[in-house]
Amino acid sequence: MRNPMQLFGRWQVQLILLLSLCCPVSIFAQDADTTASTTEAASDTTPAETPAVTEPEFDTLVKALTQGSLPKRAQTAKKLGKLEDHRVAGIIAALQQGNLYAEKSSDPIVAIVDNSGNYVDAISGEKIAADAAESLKRVPINNTMRTQLRTVLAALNLNDKNAAVRLDAVNRMIADGVDDDIIALLQERQKTEPDDDVRTAITAAVALMNLQSSEQQVRLDAIQILRGSLQQEVRTALLEIATNDADVKVKQQAQFALDSIEDRIAAFRLTENIFFGLSLGSVLLLSAIGLAITFGVMGVINMAHGELMMIGAYVTWVVQQVFPNHIAYSLMIAIPAAFIVAGLVGIAIERGVIRFLYGRPLETLLATFGISLILQQAARSIFSPLNRAVELPEWMSGSLVINPVLSITYNRLYIFIFGLLVFFALLVILKKTSLGLKVRAVSQNRAMARAVGVRASWVDAMTFGLGSGIAGIAGVALSQLTNVGPNLGQAYIIDSFMVVVFGGVGNLWGTLVGAMGLGIINKFLEPYAGAVLAKVLVLVLLILFIQKRPKGIFPQKGRAAAD
Amino acid sequence: MKLKKIAKHVGALGIACGLTIASFSAAAADTIKVGVLHSLSGTMAISETTLKDTMLMLIEEQNKKGGLLGKKLEAVVVDPASNWPLFAEKTRELLTKDKVAAIFGCWTSVSRKSVLPVIEELNGVLFYPVQYEGEESSRNVFYTGAAPNQQAIPAVDYLMKEMKVKRWVLAGTDYVYPRTTNKILEAYLMAKGVAKEDIMINYTPFGHSDWQNIVSDIKRFGSAGKKTAVVSTINGDANVPFYRELGNQKVTAEDIPVVAFSVGEEELSGIDTKPLVGHLAAWNYFMSEDNTANAAFIKQWKAFIKNPKRVTNDPMEAHYIGFNMWVKAVEKAGTTDTDKVVDAIIGVEAPNLTGGISKMLPNHHITKPVLIGEIQEDGQFLTVSQTDGLVPGDAWSDYLEGSKDLESDWIKLKCGNYNTKTKKCLGAAAQ
Repeated sequence: MRNPMQLFGRWQVQLILLLSLCCPVSIFAQDADTTASTTEAASDTTPAETPAVTEPEFDTLVKALTQGSLPKRAQTAKKLGKLEDHRVAGIIAALQQGNLYAEKSSDPIVAIVDNSGNYVDAISGEKIAADAAESLKRVPINNTMRTQLRTVLAALNLNDKNAAVRLDAVNRMIADGVDDDIIALLQERQKTEPDDDVRTAITAAVALMNLQSSEQQVRLDAIQILRGSLQQEVRTALLEIATNDADVKVKQQAQFALDSIEDRIAAFRLTENIFFGLSLGSVLLLSAIGLAITFGVMGVINMAHGELMMIGAYVTWVVQQVFPNHIAYSLMIAIPAAFIVAGLVGIAIERGVIRFLYGRPLETLLATFGISLILQQAARSIFSPLNRAVELPEWMSGSLVINPVLSITYNRLYIFIFGLLVFFALLVILKKTSLGLKVRAVSQNRAMARAVGVRASWVDAMTFGLGSGIAGIAGVALSQLTNVGPNLGQAYIIDSFMVVVFGGVGNLWGTLVGAMGLGIINKFLEPYAGAVLAKVLVLVLLILFIQKRPKGIFPQKGRAAAD
Repeated sequence: MKLKKIAKHVGALGIACGLTIASFSAAAADTIKVGVLHSLSGTMAISETTLKDTMLMLIEEQNKKGGLLGKKLEAVVVDPASNWPLFAEKTRELLTKDKVAAIFGCWTSVSRKSVLPVIEELNGVLFYPVQYEGEESSRNVFYTGAAPNQQAIPAVDYLMKEMKVKRWVLAGTDYVYPRTTNKILEAYLMAKGVAKEDIMINYTPFGHSDWQNIVSDIKRFGSAGKKTAVVSTINGDANVPFYRELGNQKVTAEDIPVVAFSVGEEELSGIDTKPLVGHLAAWNYFMSEDNTANAAFIKQWKAFIKNPKRVTNDPMEAHYIGFNMWVKAVEKAGTTDTDKVVDAIIGVEAPNLTGGISKMLPNHHITKPVLIGEIQEDGQFLTVSQTDGLVPGDAWSDYLEGSKDLESDWIKLKCGNYNTKTKKCLGAAAQ
């Protein structure tokens, strides 16, 4: 039979996927349930459904929870955790996440703020009017208390009706360290536990405890169970046994188990590193792709390209300021808005400055550098030199946990997908639309294109606008990763040029391969060379490469490459 | 080659712009001029513009009280544009052309190092308000920010004692302040019995934004079963993507706390603070300090800047203390003459904003309390630890070879780097 622990990682993923479907259902189901039920993002649990049985102890404890010194309050939380009241889990979760508010008085009103910003009385479950809520202050907590609350919460959540919450609770207990009390609690639970994953996790917790057993066979059995688990506590415990156990056989078995775990981790690490490289590559791709049009296709050295990205990032911020209650959708509005704003600024730059300088690259370089300084200072004057805080929508935060050693952050994942989407959209525009045809015609042979009736100057403006608009879109993506401030563009301009030159000027596929290649090379060098040296090495490698192939990976061939 | 030329032209243009700004400020003769040397453009503008405004506020306040020695104070604001050599030029201009009595300015250590030879040559006075790496004591500079023993060491002590941290990640931006601070911290940790393999040191470039694998490394480093903490000397801008990545990779403050030396209220006001809650910072002042002097200062600042949402921070407090000390020293000396003020200011006491009285020491550093705070969701700090009394600033770290024998005392020894073993003053040669 296969060891259940080996399936642990894969199950977890499926479970999370399943859960995302189940969540709304479980919230509706709460009415019927009498036990306390909280999810991780627990502030939306409504104590309103509770019959107002006023237990004096409960009231005093909840009120005491918000007053006095931190250690005293931590004690109160522990006492509160022992009460059998279904409001307890909600209150403790709210406190742990900083959603609990109270007055400063000996008999305070205690309120929970739910996801939509409403204040709900923690004891009676009634809504508190906005003006009454003004005197309420967030109940401060520190790390020590947060950790204690986490443990209290785990014990409460062990009887939650949501299997994922139970699983989290068990894993949390394992992470916080298991002792006899917890094991007794867990074994009690295991008797009635319907969910396989939770049972497996409990088995692991018990095995972890058994590693400390004085009997050789118990320890050996425990090692068998834990073999293949990727959880860090298991590794730590096995390492301890493998180095310090008195029994040679146990020591050996632990070492075997540890080796097989390390092998799996090494494979996952490689996967992780490749993803990091692709993710960095997709950021490079996004920032370089607009440049691939203006520099690659039109041959304009646009030093203000970075500032066009900065404009896109500021547009994201402005959109969030305009719709403060719809952060989740703000990116959907920001992407077209940034494209239009940056595109218009691009067209203005082209019509106002660059068109007088075609064929004079040095002057274009200087003029656009000047424009970039003007745009930066304009951002400083309009938005202040301080960085602006762009909020991450809920769906962009967090990570996809594949197993305890491999997780992929959502924002990077989405930006990777988004980068590819933009790339292919641009490819379609250039290859399949009339504008694309004209762009290619003008860039290949301007005189001939004009002779057949293409308005070359109009095409120039549109092409530059397109390239700038895409820079604006890149800015939206960057706003999710880094600072939105006047200096945003400067950090990416050099990298963008590097990618375009490396990939081959005038070739979009080259830009894709170049960006991903540079990203992966960078991430594989970083562990050995450090972030600073890795950058230097990449630059040196690039210079050597350009010496060998001056036209990049995909040089233009035929008449287009004539110049 | 052509690029170099271009760069030169651009540089010249920048200088020209700066000059025009400066020339506006030459005015009536019967005032005492105070130089304000903070970048108003370029990368450091983000931090330094606030300090320029703070100085203008303090000077305005002093003038309302009747000025100094019967004369009005006049601020001479120049913009060194985050350009380190320009800092030196502007200093020369302030001292020779405007003849300012004192300069309040600089943020980065490299800008201070650039100003140092000029201020010593022309015998001026500089008040430097930012926490720094130490290893310096000039007769002409007063360091009102924290030395490493007033910020880094107490923070590490807190983590070691209160949070039982056993494994350390020292992460910093690649320049002089983090490198020196981490060198001191490494020596300190080793002296406390931390094994070499329990210390991981990592440097990243300015404005680094791709933290994926570094955070992943930190996570792995922290999964060895010993409590791990990150001591961050990461500079301003790079912090946002760093904390964001920590949040996204689910590294919470409960598991691996990050204690930062460069993240204050001002920086937090530009960040979505959710992923940072619970992480720590060590400073000598928090805006959340509850006392009347601080409340008055905050009220005055908000009124001056005409923005009720603006925050105060530690370097602002350093300027507040430094300016008041300078005012007292000038009153005591009865003149703004550099030599007399430099002697008069030693021992001068001025209230700080944490409810205590700071004092200027003979080594040109001041006494300050050290506070450790946890970041709260509103971008403020909750003080979780505070030193019992005020900690005197130590110019030369006791934990570095070559520096532990040095002592600075401008009263008895008349020397900034006196070697207690060889009984010699190294003088300017050592710097």
